[in-house]
Amino acid sequence: MKIEILGNSDTRSGFGAGLSQLGKDNPDVVALCADLTGSLKMNDFKDRFPDRFFQVGIAEANMMGIAAGMTIGGKIPFTGTFANFSTSRVYDQVRQSIAYSNKNVKICASHAGLTLGEDGATHQVLEDIGMMKMLPGMTVINPCDYNQTKAATIAIADHKGPVYLRFGRPKVPIFIPEDTPFEIGKALMLQEGTDVSIFATGHLVWEAVEAAQALANEGLSVELINIHTIKPLDNESILRSVAKTKCVVTAEEHQIAGGMGESIAQLLATNQPLPIEFVAVNDKFGESGKPSDLMKKYGLHSSDIIKAVHKVLKRK
Amino acid sequence: MKEDYLIEFATQIRRDIVRMVNAQNSGHPGGSLGCVEYFTVLFNSFLNHNTDFSMDGKGEDLFFLSNGHISPVYYATLARTGYFPIEELSTFRKIDSRLQGHPTTHEGLPGVRIASGSLGQGLSVAIGAATTKKLNNDPSLVFTLHGDGELQEGQIWEAALYASAKKIDNLISTIDYNGRQIDGDVDDVISLGNLEEKWKAFGWVTLSCNGNNIKEVYKTLEKAKELTGKDKPVMIIMTTEMGNGVDFMMGSHKWHGVAPNDEQLQDALSQNKETLGDY
Repeated sequence: MKIEILGNSDTRSGFGAGLSQLGKDNPDVVALCADLTGSLKMNDFKDRFPDRFFQVGIAEANMMGIAAGMTIGGKIPFTGTFANFSTSRVYDQVRQSIAYSNKNVKICASHAGLTLGEDGATHQVLEDIGMMKMLPGMTVINPCDYNQTKAATIAIADHKGPVYLRFGRPKVPIFIPEDTPFEIGKALMLQEGTDVSIFATGHLVWEAVEAAQALANEGLSVELINIHTIKPLDNESILRSVAKTKCVVTAEEHQIAGGMGESIAQLLATNQPLPIEFVAVNDKFGESGKPSDLMKKYGLHSSDIIKAVHKVLKRK
Repeated sequence: MKEDYLIEFATQIRRDIVRMVNAQNSGHPGGSLGCVEYFTVLFNSFLNHNTDFSMDGKGEDLFFLSNGHISPVYYATLARTGYFPIEELSTFRKIDSRLQGHPTTHEGLPGVRIASGSLGQGLSVAIGAATTKKLNNDPSLVFTLHGDGELQEGQIWEAALYASAKKIDNLISTIDYNGRQIDGDVDDVISLGNLEEKWKAFGWVTLSCNGNNIKEVYKTLEKAKELTGKDKPVMIIMTTEMGNGVDFMMGSHKWHGVAPNDEQLQDALSQNKETLGDY
């Protein structure tokens, strides 16, 4: 895939666009929001399909229960709130009423991770992938740009079962071509290489693209794979890649514990143990600040990926 | 349904409850016994339901048990109204059973549409199901049952607020107001204050009844049904006696989650003679 910047937008707007498209195409799709309609970019859906939009107020636990109940009778509810309030705040509701009950609810979560910025650590959830991937039957998706988030939003409506869709607040480069098919559970090869495999998800995919370009200038051949679906993990693509490169760097806007990297480490440990380095937050809460400053301070910048590649190559 | 049959049904499921709980030395007999008359009337004479179970339940009334720990009365009722064979009651709480300690959809037990056990979640779920009924132009109703102790969970009040604000008027909820919970009397643990006034203040229409009187339960449900479709959710505050029908279990919170031993079982069964045939 030739990687070039096609534009600049927030992934949450990709969600909003995908949701509106679903509103038009699928009469069973309904949307619920806990007083964050604008932040989640759900206004267009709300305006165009008011009978299928449900404002639940600041009551996320209730929203998750209502969404679970709405599936009984055939609706496909999409809940919208911040990632923190979609997971840690309502974990028991998601666990019992949605996951254990196997309800066809799409939990759509914006403002995930440090890039939420100035609001600080109370809102910067960095544990959500871990919480959600631990739930049996839960699909976990973390798309990387506007186009991929829009495509993922549309794709999950056709998937039967609970889904956690994680996206974010800041404007980031658009680089996945609009016509790229989104296949749940199927990793996306961005660049083939032979020296090291970089597996990245969410906002860290663009950082990894920049890192791969810099590493190419050093004469290194990087294989860059976008793991947009953390669960189910595309074991086959990952194992095929590492068979060639023999070392791995993972990159994500999440705690190391519970993250995508942990899932990949588990896969490698049980199949083909190889050196692995994690670019992720290491057991810390975030803080207020500009997203770009936070990404640097907490080690989630392209330069951190480059460092991790150098380190893992020495361990090869 | 004739009252004689309802009395026989109630007596039989009382036997089922104590036998199920005794057999595994595990489960919640107290609240189950207190709600025998409600389940008997609701499932035999009230719900427009199809025991040939479909999860979506389109065109049917739906029931959600929010206080899932009283699964024995739920399972006995479902079995004896035709959802699954009564012999299956003997698997309650045993390994490989569809009759889990708390109700769940996970093992595919007909009649159950949501897992419950962790308290306070059923009202929200029922509101969701009631909303979908409206979207589907389905005039059927949604019923829920809650424990009184369960009202200490905050999610209940989120849901209470939502249901009146959004005019969820195809919903009939009931509180099993037995005044007792695991640690003792509800008033001693966290008093609910004036329960009826609370629900009224939240914008619900309220009714009250003696939940251990079959005629009264029937009349109250009938009245509740008349109150649906009028922009307001309906709440029945149903006073019951925990352990009702088994004298040594009445008047105490102690039988909330304790199984009778073999001797106590015989005592309980002697007070409730076999009517429809034991499983």
